[in-house]
Amino acid sequence: MLYLQILANGLVLGGLYACIAAGFSLVWGVLNVINILHGSFIVLGGYLAFFGYVEFGIHPFASIVIAAPLFFVLGYALQRALINRMIAAPVLLTLTLTFGLDLVLSNGMLAAFTADFRKLILEPPLGVATLGPVVMPVDRLAAMLLALALTGMLYLLLAKSRIGRAIVAVRMDREAAALMGVTVPRVYAITFGLGALMAGASGPLLAMIFPISPLGGPVYLGKAFVICVLGGLGSVPGAMLGGLLLGVVESFGALWFGPEHATTLSFVLLILILLLRPEGLLGRKGYA
Amino acid sequence: MRKDALVAALAFGLVALVPLGGEAYWLRLGTTMLMYGVLAMSWNFIGGMAGYPSFAVAAFFGLGAYSGAVAQKFGVPMVLAWTLAGIAALAFAALLGVALLRLRGHYFAIASLVVAEVLRELVNSATDLTGGGMGLNLPLPTMTSIDAQARFFFYAMLALAALTFAASLFTRYSKLGFGLRCIQQNEAAADMLGVNTTLYKVSAFVLSGAFVGAAGAVYASWLHYIEPPDVFDVLYSVKAIVMVLLGGAGSVFGPLVGAALFLSLEELVWRHYLQVHTGVLGLMIVLLVLFLPRGLMSISRRAWSRERPR
Repeated sequence: MLYLQILANGLVLGGLYACIAAGFSLVWGVLNVINILHGSFIVLGGYLAFFGYVEFGIHPFASIVIAAPLFFVLGYALQRALINRMIAAPVLLTLTLTFGLDLVLSNGMLAAFTADFRKLILEPPLGVATLGPVVMPVDRLAAMLLALALTGMLYLLLAKSRIGRAIVAVRMDREAAALMGVTVPRVYAITFGLGALMAGASGPLLAMIFPISPLGGPVYLGKAFVICVLGGLGSVPGAMLGGLLLGVVESFGALWFGPEHATTLSFVLLILILLLRPEGLLGRKGYA
Repeated sequence: MRKDALVAALAFGLVALVPLGGEAYWLRLGTTMLMYGVLAMSWNFIGGMAGYPSFAVAAFFGLGAYSGAVAQKFGVPMVLAWTLAGIAALAFAALLGVALLRLRGHYFAIASLVVAEVLRELVNSATDLTGGGMGLNLPLPTMTSIDAQARFFFYAMLALAALTFAASLFTRYSKLGFGLRCIQQNEAAADMLGVNTTLYKVSAFVLSGAFVGAAGAVYASWLHYIEPPDVFDVLYSVKAIVMVLLGGAGSVFGPLVGAALFLSLEELVWRHYLQVHTGVLGLMIVLLVLFLPRGLMSISRRAWSRERPR
């Protein structure tokens, strides 16, 4: 019965991972930019939830509604002002650019919030849910369901809405999309805004479970990388599958090899997938 | 090539005079600058010449530091331990290169970035051999005075930098360098025309690993103490890239100019903005990428930059 519990833990973790990766994967797939800032956006979203709860008593789940538009505007502006200038530059330059921006943001957070680890503790706590042999804290479960809902909403946006179809069109073929009347730079900025929104919105969810530290960004970024490669680039279902898979692999890896090897295990998995199936489990070739 | 060698010999000769000034501060700064120079020149083999966005510098650096330190723990003499560390990084780069260099663009960048993380985790958990998170103390050098030690490590780093420079000068004017520039411009075409792209890329990767590994080992002996988050710091990879970008990718002197300039800027920033120095560093990187993506050497050598693709 231990295995059932481990599987449940993995799936809950994986749902959150999917939400982290969906926005990152979207930006990478559409703009062909690896957004190193993504991890720090998540942390910033976490701080927003923390201070919102401690100072104003806003429930972390409610703070998502505040975080989402703020981060969308932030991402939109950042893309328009800086990243759009380098959009056609080689990989190395765009990577270095977002890395520089990340140094600025994470140092800013370090100066503003100090290096203390902070933990969001709900008062009163939500308790635990029991389903047969599986025990799960309700806050984790709720965070995971909300994460999946957010990811699902992104999927619907891309599949159904006008702007979503435009984003998918730009990902498939930029020139053809431009010829069909899509304003490509605007789509780029909106896509980057959506990526930032997903990061900012998953911050409060992760803050419910993990402690917040201004330098925690790279850990989330690493997860997003691995998930994108696992699931395939630029597709929401890919991020979903990759996220759930990584969550389960990490849970069982921690059980069998010890928690200190969880990171190594996921990276070994990453390198194997890169070598054997570089387009990802759900990816299609020729979309990069 | 002869002219470049002459200029370099003159420059290294001038740098070798620094210890005569005698101040410990300048010796430390000089040693750091030479180390940065080794990192930048090494990255230039794979990143500048072959055009592969490698983030593996931190991995090689940490691997070298720990190989050298562990070797000395088992009683290997210091200089021999440095050589062994270089060889370890070389062998590691060859194995890694065969696997990773089949990837391109973002995928290669990420895979190479991840290597340092994996090595750090492994070193962290192999407590018996490496001390794990507690770090590892190295035996103190036999020199009596602190000054003599500082001078010794300065000259060791100088020798390593000169060696790296000689290798990059030689590569630049050899068939290997020509092949690497072909790969950078169009890998498929280079392959079609009979360039053994796999061999060339792996050679570039090996060159970019070996000297960094040795530099890591010298650094470990210099500081007498290493710990995983320090020597596997991803900033080593980023700094190497920024230095080369600053100086001008693909050229022989670019990385050295970039290293000297970067260290000066870094030192100024450290001194004046200690609390926010990484933020200021980030800002510098952003401005550099936006306004000077081809480096300073591109200003003085317009003709050279016109040769390069796009």
